[in-house]
Amino acid sequence: MKILVPVKRVIDYNVRPRVKADGSGVDLANVKMSMNPFDEIAVEQAVRLKEAGGAEEIVVVSVGPAKAADTLRSAMAMGADRAILVQTDETVEPLAVAKILKAVFEAEQPGLVILGKQAIDDDCNQTGQMLAALTGRPQGTFASKLEIAGEEALVTREVDGGLETIALALPAIVTADLRLNEPRYASLPNIMKAKKKPIDTKAPEDFGVDVTPRLRTLKVSEPPTRAAGILVGSVDELVAKIKDMGVVA
Amino acid sequence: MKALVLAEHGGGTLKDSTLATITAATQLGEVTVLVAGQGAEASQAADAAAQVAGVGKVLLADDAAYGQMLAENVAALIVPLMDSHDALLCPATSNGKNIAPRVAALLDVMQVSDVLSIEGERTFTRPIYAGNAIATVESTEAKLVLTVRGTSFAKAEATGGSAPVESLTGAGDAGLSRFVGCEDSASDRPELTSAGVVVSGGRALKDAETFAAIITPLADRLHAAIGASRAAVDAGYIGNDHQVGQTGKIVAPQLYIAVGISGAIQHLAGMKDAHTIIAINKDPDAPIFQVADIGLVADIFTAVPELTSKL
Ligand SMILES: Cc1cc2nc3c(=O)[nH]c(=O)nc-3n(C[C@H](O)[C@H](O)[C@H](O)COP(=O)(O)OP(=O)(O)OC[C@H]3O[C@@H](n4cnc5c(N)ncnc54)[C@H](O)[C@@H]3O)c2cc1C
Ligand SMILES: Nc1ncnc2c1ncn2[C@@H]1O[C@H](COP(=O)(O)O)[C@@H](O)[C@H]1O
Repeated sequence: MKILVPVKRVIDYNVRPRVKADGSGVDLANVKMSMNPFDEIAVEQAVRLKEAGGAEEIVVVSVGPAKAADTLRSAMAMGADRAILVQTDETVEPLAVAKILKAVFEAEQPGLVILGKQAIDDDCNQTGQMLAALTGRPQGTFASKLEIAGEEALVTREVDGGLETIALALPAIVTADLRLNEPRYASLPNIMKAKKKPIDTKAPEDFGVDVTPRLRTLKVSEPPTRAAGILVGSVDELVAKIKDMGVVA
Repeated sequence: MKALVLAEHGGGTLKDSTLATITAATQLGEVTVLVAGQGAEASQAADAAAQVAGVGKVLLADDAAYGQMLAENVAALIVPLMDSHDALLCPATSNGKNIAPRVAALLDVMQVSDVLSIEGERTFTRPIYAGNAIATVESTEAKLVLTVRGTSFAKAEATGGSAPVESLTGAGDAGLSRFVGCEDSASDRPELTSAGVVVSGGRALKDAETFAAIITPLADRLHAAIGASRAAVDAGYIGNDHQVGQTGKIVAPQLYIAVGISGAIQHLAGMKDAHTIIAINKDPDAPIFQVADIGLVADIFTAVPELTSKL
């Protein structure tokens, strides 16, 4: 089985994003960028499946600027075999990403696609579900456990009420939640090896996908800030404050 | 505009997130509520939806294929309904987030996720970068597909309406997926996302026993729901459905008490809209104090039991 893993280059999760003064977006100049944390988890899961003998090849794909090649190299250093960079400087919305991924899916014929559940920049949480819709395949979103059992993928999902397990006919689309695994750090020899692994560079037009945004961002603003609070010196003072709020019967 | 709301229901009643989504839908136009499910619980939920103020019509799809809200089946049910509706609104819950994008892609439209406010017929605000920025976006799509953040809209009145309930037959089981089982963490506590008071614990709580020993009595005293940081959930102190944050649940209670939580941006994303935030942490430099209205620098193992006993 082949596994396809889409990975996105995003602001590093440790960086506190700053809104640009002109309200046009978030300032990404000279900001540390990394692989979307959920995508690292997706790559890790694919590598574990391969190590366990459940997969032969892992293909990673990223839609983004030339620099997204770094993200693909990181994924290959973790154990992915080869990469496809769909290069564009435009901001590509989840629907268009899903259309590009559909074309890659059809060309590569993977048994499984593992995506992150959401990108931490746009926080859309859409691409995996959209890819599943466009390919007509089942989806297992927010996975905290994934097993291949014969012709099915068994996916345990983190849902509002707790955990839910579903069985999906293969090929299936799975999106990774935080507790699926803990991604490994790439070793130095593997980072060196990844430099020699192939990256096939394409453009959205090669897949016949129009990436013109369907949503127009009118402005980006700071969220309302909270007024400065106070420190109390003792539990007794805190008790008095809470009693004043009228929340204790 | 004709708006279709996908109801989230359980045990024959509508979830609060559905009532909030109905409020958002009434800001767009005429509201139809779709109740998909199976058996008596679904028809009871449909009857409940018919009573909600502002609802014009209820569609009930009662079929085993919709009993577990499998996305493949429910999306296929919704798509043909969009011929006669201009907008689909789903609560931004794990269920809504699962289904809405599948519908959007089948309609070839881009979804607007996690709508915080409706600024105009096609203009919405939504959080990006873990809520560190708010984007105002305008949709150019023929059909709107939105997920709605429940804490950002008031709940529609559960009574006052008298909408007709129409039965609907969908395509049934797509044969792509199968429900295997679930571990529901049933509890008689208030629901986390709509509770008036939330007491949350972090990594400092050490283990599941200590978490329960410190957090539960305080939550009991305040009739509060229990939340947790990702670190506390990852370490197994409490179930995943208690996680508050960018990737967990979004809460906006009257009072949020953060116990032994540092205040990472991913955690703040889920609770900084609380009316009052209290933080108890031994580190005076913990970032949680920057958003807290009332802070107490103290060891939680002595301060929290003392607080509980004195309240
Ligand atoms: C993609 C991504 C998504 C994430 N999503 C979420 C999310 O949805 N929700 C979430 O919560 N996190 C999320 N995180 C994790 C987040 O970055 C933090 O790691 C996490 O919130 C830390 O949890 P914590 O505050 O409990 O632990 P820590 O950061 O370890 O903080 C523990 C705190 O307890 C205090 N403490 C220790 N002992 C005591 C004591 N005896 N008395 C008083 N205080 C004490 C310490 O001073 C410290 O401030 C996410 C991370 C990533 C990368
Ligand atoms: N530009 C992209 N390139 C590759 N994968 C992407 C891209 N955008 C989104 N994805 C994948 O889709 C997931 C969900 O993203 P989103 O729907 O934007 O929240 C991510 O975790 C990635 O796995």
